[in-house]
Amino acid sequence: MNILLNFISAFSFVILITMLGAFLSILERKVLAILQNRCGPNRVGWFGSLQILADMIKIFFKEDWIPPFSKKFIFFISPIIAFCISLFMFFIIPFYNKCNILNINIGILFFLMLVSLTMYSTILSGISSGNKYSLLGSIRSISQIISYEIFLGISLMSIIIKSNSYNINDIIISQKYVWNIIPQFLNFLVFFIASLAICHRHPFDQPESEQEISDGYRIEYSGMKFGMFFISEYISIFSVSAFIACIFFGGYLGINNFPISCIILKTFILVFLFILVRASIPRPRYDKIISFGWKFCFPVSLLNLFGTTLFVLIYN
Amino acid sequence: MLFLKNILYGFFSQIRSMFFTFINIFCKSETVMYPEEKTKLFPRYRGRIVLTKDKDGYERCVACNLCASVCPSSCIILQQKKDKNGRSYPKFFKIDFSRCIFCGLCEEACPTAAIQLLPDFELSDYKKKDLIYEKEDLIISNQGKYLDYDFYSVSGVKIKNKNFSKNNNSINHVDTKKILP
Repeated sequence: MNILLNFISAFSFVILITMLGAFLSILERKVLAILQNRCGPNRVGWFGSLQILADMIKIFFKEDWIPPFSKKFIFFISPIIAFCISLFMFFIIPFYNKCNILNINIGILFFLMLVSLTMYSTILSGISSGNKYSLLGSIRSISQIISYEIFLGISLMSIIIKSNSYNINDIIISQKYVWNIIPQFLNFLVFFIASLAICHRHPFDQPESEQEISDGYRIEYSGMKFGMFFISEYISIFSVSAFIACIFFGGYLGINNFPISCIILKTFILVFLFILVRASIPRPRYDKIISFGWKFCFPVSLLNLFGTTLFVLIYN
Repeated sequence: MLFLKNILYGFFSQIRSMFFTFINIFCKSETVMYPEEKTKLFPRYRGRIVLTKDKDGYERCVACNLCASVCPSSCIILQQKKDKNGRSYPKFFKIDFSRCIFCGLCEEACPTAAIQLLPDFELSDYKKKDLIYEKEDLIISNQGKYLDYDFYSVSGVKIKNKNFSKNNNSINHVDTKKILP
């Protein structure tokens, strides 16, 4: 009975996250419109509330075309990988004290593993499409993710040292007196930039840059397969911003009586920050992104790790 | 030291641009809600193409084929025919609006100011076939934008039933509705 209950709760959680991802696509369009002095979708329903339904109808009934020159099995499986991995990222986020789907002692390592697995969906879709544009997009994506993953891990390392645990619950509890963003501000900047690159968000949307390589690794995808890529991107934004809220902003800590609303508010503020970055910063050149990662963010995160370690060694 | 200064400068310029984008939340949106709220169009706007008539009710078009030859997308087809007075008029006049790019070159080429582009852009249709406008669809019963202009008072061949006594040059003043300077 207990197993069944657990299954039902986890399943409803998954459905909820998928709905959130679909909802975020509309929210982003609306917020971008407000930032750019436009109106956004406001025709379907009251103030565009039924726009999500219209988008779903359109995406379900579009022709799901598999190109004859593609490697069919890999082509079919790569959006599923992308969707599943971005979904798994959400499981380690605690909503209040030890209430998450996966309460594991290696929470942060699990997150890093999933982040490095996201590369697979991109590279498999790029290679199996049999298209030069998508191949170029996937190569860009690989080089970007490889160069940004390193200091993603290193910046998390100093927090692990500070809280002396890999478990996210312990990390949140260790921020009881001061949030991690205040002593680790440089670290936060580096992690935020790296997470932008991991989610393929602006200004790091090199794998799908519309102007140079039309739509990158997902140029051949249509219908529901494209929809899976699309929604997985938004789910990964959600999960990464929830993760940042847990690591740097104290997760459910804050107002004592409403822990869930606290973490939801923090997550939405970070999602808004993601959208604000998209609205304001232009896309840099491809080699500049890589050199910025290796020559600036990597030494900064290493210096920060060094400083944190020294501090912890002296005071303990 | 210069390296550090560059880094700090770049960082704060990014923050500044993000701040200025953020401020736009409090600004009013500039979108015009089109079907409910009509836009104000100016006389020089190049929209629907019409054929006009002169003050006496005659067709201005003399089917000289200048508009068809200047048209860059070649969407105008017409054929000349002469009536019993010796005056020429178009036997048929077709404009394919699915190909027209509304450049206004036909209006500039026209010596009799017959073909004119009016400020009206609501030309959409469900079938591509319906966008081919015949002469009956194009012709209107008044002078359009150029009320006083009469081609036969300025130039033209001699025809019967038409007096050329008033040869006043009435197009010397600056015309604000014309595209050319």
